[in-house]
Amino acid sequence: MKTIFRLTIWVMMSFVINTNGQSNMVSIKGGTYIPLYGRDSLKVTIQDFDMDVYPVTNQEYLDFVIQYPKWQRSNVIKLFADDSYLIDWISDTAIGKNQSPLAAISNISWFAAKAYCECQDKRLPSIDEWEYVAMANENLPDARQLKTYNEYILSWYEKPKTFNNEIGSTFKNYWGVYDLHGLVWEWTLDFNSVLVSGESRKDVDNDSDLFCGSAAIGATDLMNYAAFMRYAIRGSVKAKYTMRNLGFRCVKDKIE
Amino acid sequence: MKFKNILVLILLSIVGFSCTKTDKKQEEAITYQCPMQCEGDKVYNEVGSCPVCNMDIKPVVEKVKANHNPEQISETSIFNLTTKWNTEEGKSIELKDLKGKTLVMVMIYTTCKAACPRLVADMRNIEAQIPDKYIADINFIMVSIDPETDTPKRLKEFAIENVMDGEQWTFLQGSVSGVREFANVLAVKYKEITPLDFSHSNIISVFNSDGELMHQQEGLGVDNKETINTILNLQ
Repeated sequence: MKTIFRLTIWVMMSFVINTNGQSNMVSIKGGTYIPLYGRDSLKVTIQDFDMDVYPVTNQEYLDFVIQYPKWQRSNVIKLFADDSYLIDWISDTAIGKNQSPLAAISNISWFAAKAYCECQDKRLPSIDEWEYVAMANENLPDARQLKTYNEYILSWYEKPKTFNNEIGSTFKNYWGVYDLHGLVWEWTLDFNSVLVSGESRKDVDNDSDLFCGSAAIGATDLMNYAAFMRYAIRGSVKAKYTMRNLGFRCVKDKIE
Repeated sequence: MKFKNILVLILLSIVGFSCTKTDKKQEEAITYQCPMQCEGDKVYNEVGSCPVCNMDIKPVVEKVKANHNPEQISETSIFNLTTKWNTEEGKSIELKDLKGKTLVMVMIYTTCKAACPRLVADMRNIEAQIPDKYIADINFIMVSIDPETDTPKRLKEFAIENVMDGEQWTFLQGSVSGVREFANVLAVKYKEITPLDFSHSNIISVFNSDGELMHQQEGLGVDNKETINTILNLQ
């Protein structure tokens, strides 16, 4: 009796997470904050928007490629994805043997992530939107000054193969969003607005406060290091790259 | 007991529903091969490891057929992008409408005070070094990274100001997301610093008449010999 009851709950849960195509979103109240790398003025203003509670899963991405065959591994064109696109999948329409349907999708390009969100009438989050939500811990909208918050992120960087873990296995943050830290890195819409001098393309107008020593090395808290890693990744990838630990989630503008 | 039955019913209905939803086409037959090809082209029908080097054998990914049909667009062609653009003459086009000519492309914005005038100068410099008989087969294209400010009217004014109003010059205004996507194809990075000011990569790209990237020149005022040679070799 109890087993059946549990099974029912479990099936219902996985049904909600899995098969509804439109994954759950939560509302993010906009505001002003200071990102690691801003614009002319330090502060950036974020409008209200909705964000997916979880990263997009293998199962959800599988449903997507079944519906849109042009994003299947053997059909995707080279302009939009490199050779390791969905490399662990068994076939065009079957995920890898060791991959959980409920783990976050990875090995997808920016073009693929963007197309996925657009097909659901959503979009990728901007860097500023993503960072704004990701600076929250369980209780605070901005936990960047807390030692525990930073230690959590940095300890994730040391853990191997977290991309195999299922969604929802990290903490639920202040906004009700899971897994921003702890499973996979995530694509952002304007990742190519991170201008890196020296390290990647020397020709860029010098954005002198990026990679400036005082921001990272001289930091008194660890916050700058964790965020710096994310910006460094964004500055080093191209849109057709696919990586085993790089996934995505979608957001949606509020309808006025 | 009744409760139990209801639960079972719920369970069944959910399972039934998800089955219809995830109903898939039959999976194609997959073959596996040693990634080192220790046994040449030998393939297996099951997962396992290579008997020679012991590495896990991998699914054979079919090589995508090369396209030689001139009507077709190759996989790496920018003509695969379906975004819409406005020219400085107010025409609405897609990138594939540019098919047939060698394309020399750069991303700029007209309110730019720092690098763009020099990038524009680099473009003019390249154009000046191309023998006249080839000019008709080359399209020099300036793509604006600030589509909100750079309307077709503004681009036309800019073209006239800079004496770049000839047939061989084209200026394009896209959508915000279309520009972001196009920049990603060129691996150009840019960021809005203030409403009229952007930071951006200084890259001039050369495409053949099928829209395939042939050469990229990075930096300002660099030696453009290689770029010009690439363009001439395509004629």
